[in-house]
Amino acid sequence: MREIAMQAGTLWLREITRFMRQRSRVIGSFLQPLVFWLLLGAGLRASFRPAGMPAGMDYFQYLYPGFIVLVLLFTAIFATISTVEDRREGFLQGVLVAPISRATIVIGQALGGATLAWVPSVIFLVLAPFAGIHLTLGAALAAAAMMAVIAFALTCIGLAIAWKIESTQGFHAIMNLILVPIWLLSGAFWPIAGAPAALQWIMRLNPLTYGMAALRQTLYLGATEALGGLPSLAFAITIAIAFALATFALAARTARRATAF
Amino acid sequence: MVRTRAGAVATAPLMDDNCPQSGINPVGISMTASTAIPAHASAASVTAAPAVEASELRFSYGDRAAIDGVSFTIARGEFFALLGPNGGGKTTLFKIISTLVPLQTGDARILGHDLRRDTLALRRRIGVVFQHPGVDGKLTVAENLAHHGRLYGIGGARLRERSAAMLARLGLSDRAGDLAETLSGGLKRRVELATALLHEPELLVLDEPSTGLDPAARRDFLIYLAHLRETAGVTIVLTTHYMEEAERCDRIGVLHQGRLVAIAPPAELKARVGGDIVAINARDPEALRRKIAERMRINAVLVDGVLRVERPRGHDFVRDVVEAFGDEIESVTFGKPTLEDVFVHLTGHRFFAGAAGAGDNGDAR
Repeated sequence: MREIAMQAGTLWLREITRFMRQRSRVIGSFLQPLVFWLLLGAGLRASFRPAGMPAGMDYFQYLYPGFIVLVLLFTAIFATISTVEDRREGFLQGVLVAPISRATIVIGQALGGATLAWVPSVIFLVLAPFAGIHLTLGAALAAAAMMAVIAFALTCIGLAIAWKIESTQGFHAIMNLILVPIWLLSGAFWPIAGAPAALQWIMRLNPLTYGMAALRQTLYLGATEALGGLPSLAFAITIAIAFALATFALAARTARRATAF
Repeated sequence: MVRTRAGAVATAPLMDDNCPQSGINPVGISMTASTAIPAHASAASVTAAPAVEASELRFSYGDRAAIDGVSFTIARGEFFALLGPNGGGKTTLFKIISTLVPLQTGDARILGHDLRRDTLALRRRIGVVFQHPGVDGKLTVAENLAHHGRLYGIGGARLRERSAAMLARLGLSDRAGDLAETLSGGLKRRVELATALLHEPELLVLDEPSTGLDPAARRDFLIYLAHLRETAGVTIVLTTHYMEEAERCDRIGVLHQGRLVAIAPPAELKARVGGDIVAINARDPEALRRKIAERMRINAVLVDGVLRVERPRGHDFVRDVVEAFGDEIESVTFGKPTLEDVFVHLTGHRFFAGAAGAGDNGDAR
């Protein structure tokens, strides 16, 4: 157990160290969603009101938690993409022949990637007042905890793909094909309640919907009645955690299959 | 005696004249044994299991057989080279021995561990150096070592002590704080060797370790490996397509199209060529070739304008041919066969045999 913690810990530390030495990655993963949010929100806030959006909320504010998740998504992708090349001609080669189980490798990588995704999204949290959200300390802490769960799940999806795919080009293609739609259909852009029936079903089956719903509710902690139309907080948190565990199991299994040990 | 399924019978490994002189100290690499790895491997080599025992290994990528029925044994403390052209299967064999890919068909025991069932225990006892750099360029040299150590469960004081010892041993102490990406190719290789040796492996497996190194760095690296084998008793298995590199090893396994076509000490392989190689430059090589055939009853082969003769006691032939045709000869070179000659001899032989046998080498797959 101590050895597993040491192994996972060193892989976690490596991700952090590498990231800190590539500042442009830190800034890019944070700035891109910020710019999208500002442009989309500013452009649409005056005229656009999707059906089912809570009363008293403008679209700029509605989009805010969605773009927190986009920060998580972008950073998680960037953090996992190195797995593709690294295992063929880099540091991971050595990890693969070390006495370490594939699950432990994935734990280290997932915790590393999740940390890297989580930090800029917490910085994003500081912008809540600009969205018109008055964060209490409790709400901020709960939201940060929820963001950690989502970050872990998204990193694990990224890892499951990265361990499977042979080239970084393929990785980008699959990311755009899978992760961006998952994000779009999670309630980030429009409420479930106002969507057409068929789309509602897809959104209800999308596991990220529950992470998004939980995050949205934690931001308004204590005043969630006003949100309306979301799954209950307890249910959303349960599904979000179950989703994180399932994606981890998937990533670990993919890593084991890819390297056959 | 080590009997192989490839049809070759090899004698016990040579430990003397084919090894590099360990007294030569390549620049910057400390040869002192003060920080040496315990000599457990050499002490145990009499009673312990062989370093590698492989029988009937086969490995395919889809339909393509990369390893096609290979059996061999490598003794403890041996310095062994897998020699072959690119695509011959040596990197696949490296991947199998280093536990990077699973065993598909056949059986292998490495350091006595079953390669299929006992992978984790085996991994603690082997060190691996990859063809593509395995160092993380964004980490410092010391950080690379530290991460590697912790993957093997080495931490705290022991990690500091082992890291410092390996850095000193490989002449890297003053570069410990530098980012690995700032190092030259030769220094990066040394860092990789330092990481691979950090956990005191009994078997060191290297895939084309001299790729990307200049000749001087390549020589230093090989000399250090030989030194390591001698002081610490570490068994060394490397793949290479450089003849001069294979020549420094105790034994060579020659891989061609996924099969071991020979496994023997370099000198023994050379002995198979059939004597010395005499090369003659003449004003009219073709005329000289005919005269040699008529008067001396010796077949010379014309290769790129040079007459080549394979002869036992080649110096006698040199004397005779110069006495007989001195006026027509511009120069004569006389030498022992190189491994290059051996490789042509072995694989050329196979090629002709394969053609006679309905050319089944490529088509059957």
